[in-house]
Amino acid sequence: MSNKDIEYTTVSEVAGPLMIVDGIKDVAYNEIVKIKTSFGEERTGQVLEAFTNKVIVQVFEGTKGLDTEKTSARFIGETMKLGISKDMLGRVFDGTGNPIDDAPPIIPEDRRDINGNPINPYAREYPRKFIQTGISTIDGLNTLVRGQKLPLFSGSGLPHNNLAAQIARQAKVIGKKEKFAVVFCAMGITSEEANLFIKDFENTGALERTTMFLNLADDPTIERIILPRMALTCAEYLAFDLDMQVLVILTDLTNYAEALREIAAAREEVPGRRGYPGYMYTDLATIYERAGRIKGKKGSITQIPLLTMPDDDITHPIPDLTGYITEGQIVLERGLHKKGIYPPIAVLPCLSRLMDRGIGKDRTREDHAGVSNQLYAAYAEGCDLRDLVAIVGEDALSERDRKFLKFADEFEKRFVAQGDHEDRSIEQTLTIGWELFSSLPTSELKKIDEKYIKKYLPKVEKIRS
Amino acid sequence: MSKKILKGKIVRISGPVIEANSMRGAKMYDVVRVGDENLIGEIIRLNEDVVTIQVYEDTNGLKPGEKVVSTDMPLSVELGPGLLTNIYDGIQRPLPTIYDETGDFIERGVETNAIDRKKKWHFKPTIKAGDKVKGCDILGEVQETSIILHKIMVPPDIEGTLLSIEKEGKFTVEDDIAIIKTDQGNLKLQMLQKWPVRKARPVKEKYDPSIPLITGQRVIDTFFPVAKGGTAAIPGGFGTGKTVMLHQLAKWSDAQVVIYVGCGERGNEMTDVLKEFPELKDPKTGESLMNRTVLIANTSNMPVAARDASVYTGITIAEYYRDMGFDVALMADSTSRLAEAMREISGRLEEMPGEEGYPAYLASRLAEFYERAGRVKLLGSKDKEGSVSVMGAVSPPGGDFSEPVAQNTLRIVKVFWALDSDLADRRHFPSINWLKSYSLYLDEISSWWNKDVGENWLQLRNKAMALLQKESELQEIVKLVGPDALPPKERALLESARMIREDFLQQSAFHDIDTYCPEKKQYEMLRIMSKFSDLIQNAVEKNVHMDDIISIKSRESIARMGTVPNKDFEKRFEKVENDLENEIESLIREVK
Repeated sequence: MSNKDIEYTTVSEVAGPLMIVDGIKDVAYNEIVKIKTSFGEERTGQVLEAFTNKVIVQVFEGTKGLDTEKTSARFIGETMKLGISKDMLGRVFDGTGNPIDDAPPIIPEDRRDINGNPINPYAREYPRKFIQTGISTIDGLNTLVRGQKLPLFSGSGLPHNNLAAQIARQAKVIGKKEKFAVVFCAMGITSEEANLFIKDFENTGALERTTMFLNLADDPTIERIILPRMALTCAEYLAFDLDMQVLVILTDLTNYAEALREIAAAREEVPGRRGYPGYMYTDLATIYERAGRIKGKKGSITQIPLLTMPDDDITHPIPDLTGYITEGQIVLERGLHKKGIYPPIAVLPCLSRLMDRGIGKDRTREDHAGVSNQLYAAYAEGCDLRDLVAIVGEDALSERDRKFLKFADEFEKRFVAQGDHEDRSIEQTLTIGWELFSSLPTSELKKIDEKYIKKYLPKVEKIRS
Repeated sequence: MSKKILKGKIVRISGPVIEANSMRGAKMYDVVRVGDENLIGEIIRLNEDVVTIQVYEDTNGLKPGEKVVSTDMPLSVELGPGLLTNIYDGIQRPLPTIYDETGDFIERGVETNAIDRKKKWHFKPTIKAGDKVKGCDILGEVQETSIILHKIMVPPDIEGTLLSIEKEGKFTVEDDIAIIKTDQGNLKLQMLQKWPVRKARPVKEKYDPSIPLITGQRVIDTFFPVAKGGTAAIPGGFGTGKTVMLHQLAKWSDAQVVIYVGCGERGNEMTDVLKEFPELKDPKTGESLMNRTVLIANTSNMPVAARDASVYTGITIAEYYRDMGFDVALMADSTSRLAEAMREISGRLEEMPGEEGYPAYLASRLAEFYERAGRVKLLGSKDKEGSVSVMGAVSPPGGDFSEPVAQNTLRIVKVFWALDSDLADRRHFPSINWLKSYSLYLDEISSWWNKDVGENWLQLRNKAMALLQKESELQEIVKLVGPDALPPKERALLESARMIREDFLQQSAFHDIDTYCPEKKQYEMLRIMSKFSDLIQNAVEKNVHMDDIISIKSRESIARMGTVPNKDFEKRFEKVENDLENEIESLIREVK
């Protein structure tokens, strides 16, 4: 009799999300366990640690109601797999991969291990295709490219969901029609927040090319560990088997990290910073690193993970470790939000690491890099002067400094701020940049090549006159 | 001598750490094959007949009861022609070969040789039969790439008389090329050697580092230089430009061989190196940079246990090229990931944790690694020199340098390039903070600069440094009273310091010309800026108004000195200097 058919009723210990089963044999590390409670409910678990005659199992749906007498466990002989099919587009799944939208179950074309395998760096294609999001602070200053992982660092109460929805709505590669899909993975967000996305996808007709994996705030926490892996397995299939350009939105990674910490605590592991496990970096990397492009494949996976920084602290382990793995970050700031600026993107700490190779002639525009660097430098200087003005007053400033101070204000009002349905082209974004420069002395535009100043700056003056 | 094969069974699996029994007789750090898929692992603890093994591949689906077989060999690297231009994983399996076998994604249990066994190399002997040879003596040469003449050496631990050596011709790395008579009998030598990664290759003695490693980066070469054979750490929070900096060093430093270890970092960064290096030309030889580079990639999503191995694999290959007499530079990005891997394995072993959960042996492991750097007198009959310089990135959590990895690293290395997120935020790149960074090689290498580049280099550098130091003090005052309240002399000083900051310390890695600044050009740039400082100090003393000074034209041409083509910068600089003198002079005349 194979292990698959044996119902072990030898549960010896239950603690937190963990369960220990004794007297078993031939069970593999990370194997999936089907658990039946004494009142007949079925749950799923995964082997966290395997010994010759016992295993430690993490139970995804929680251990409430488990007992050490009647609860039974059956080991199904394989690791966690997800059945995949192109019919997954337009469908909604729960934390264990079952459809929850009242439509019939999908007929899988293949079943894949949700942990995936690392992409061979030798097989990767370097991402450099510009994605226009229509948001000036992203397109102009922190350009997103196809195959990038660019997280939004936010705080509770900031409009990160609106921004993510706007990006999903407006993101496009200019001049080409290609197969596009969204994989939406919600970990522990409220149904209200989830509805915002669903409604938005409905309104723009994007729902039929969207696959959703939902684990809402009242769903079992431990499911959040496997949810992003399922979503990414689905995304890999859409991108690398079906040649689609896939945008993966993961929200909220903070809840994911909390679930990770819960398991680590239950296993009595040595905690790292703030109680998060020491392997959180590696663990997050196995999610984020699944973004990318592959040589010879048309499709790509672009990731936009969202996370709320506890107490707006960017040095907290969750944003910190994320920043070390992802290719840049978009940071939202409470101060700007309070000023009524949408999107409240704090430009200075933002970064897109893949920008330099995704912009310039034939990609966006020849002057893009210079404009971006100059905007950064001038805005940074303006912000410094604000601090100074707070102490010495504006009168103590020189003529030059006053211009920079004004530049910073104008920059926030005209460049950063835009409507939540305003879709700016990259040309429009750069033009706003040049308009802002015209208020500064030309000799201060040191970061831009002289030939572009000649080419682009006078044009703006003409508009003005 | 027949060897008994040690074979045991898995009794516990916990992530990358497994335990196996019936393994009495196994040695610490021996390599084992684990499970039915023959995963590669290394023994890290012995307890009676139970051994603990860290597995270098994913352990998903592994079962207790599966077999474990000892290879009775420590983890070793293969050394010989064919290393350069290759990209390896942490345990020296070529990624292109894995790609051919398992496709776009890395699967488990791939068995492959590090060095191509079929390729024939043109071998040219340089000594003859009858010669006495010692470890690291050169038997012959192979043109490995267009710029590297690979020396085939006697392995370090062998000594004897050369009985015979093959004539010039084509051989694979496994063909016998020489026979040596040793005390233990006759020994056949091939081009291929093996060396255990955790053991440093021996040398005769270590020299003091006195020659700078020129990197073409102004803030490094002029302000915080590293010496050939030196060690440097480059800590910084995320987004401060560690990786760009290390890429710059790998591209432009004047080492002959470069080993780049991507340890626990992004996959796309390795792809970037793979795509970009073959296209870039070495400024000294004009050949493709890839021809002098070996890449080792253990990206963050690849198995964590192999992080540790990747760094040791890298440094062993570096030592091998050093033994040929080359100057080798090794970049490790990032040593924090290595430390985290140690912490993870240590946690699974349930060892008593030290600071922040890191194992107590963190400091000694890091020291052991950096200590393998150095400019050395090589083994062998002739006294030759070679060097390994090591530059390691550190990724401190929250950008806070007080954490254990950064602190333990700083205790060992001689150069500290502190990356600063404030500078990065305002796009001051490279974002090396000039007030916090230091180099302990300054005095030792100043004679090289004075002799080879220009006199009074150290004074010039120290003067600029003092200016920057003074600026930061004045900035404190400016914050309180505003710049206009300062006396003209101090405003002039601020202006000179700003020039050094913006036009000398900042350097664009993405500008075709500015990305590499030759040492002579660095010297001239700094000299002209220093002159600017003297001239305007003199001018304000003669009552020239600061606003007039700020609006002189030469300021802009000084700002663009970095982008003046490296070929004929001298003439252009001469003009800049003349214009500057004339402009200031005429300002002084106007006042009179």
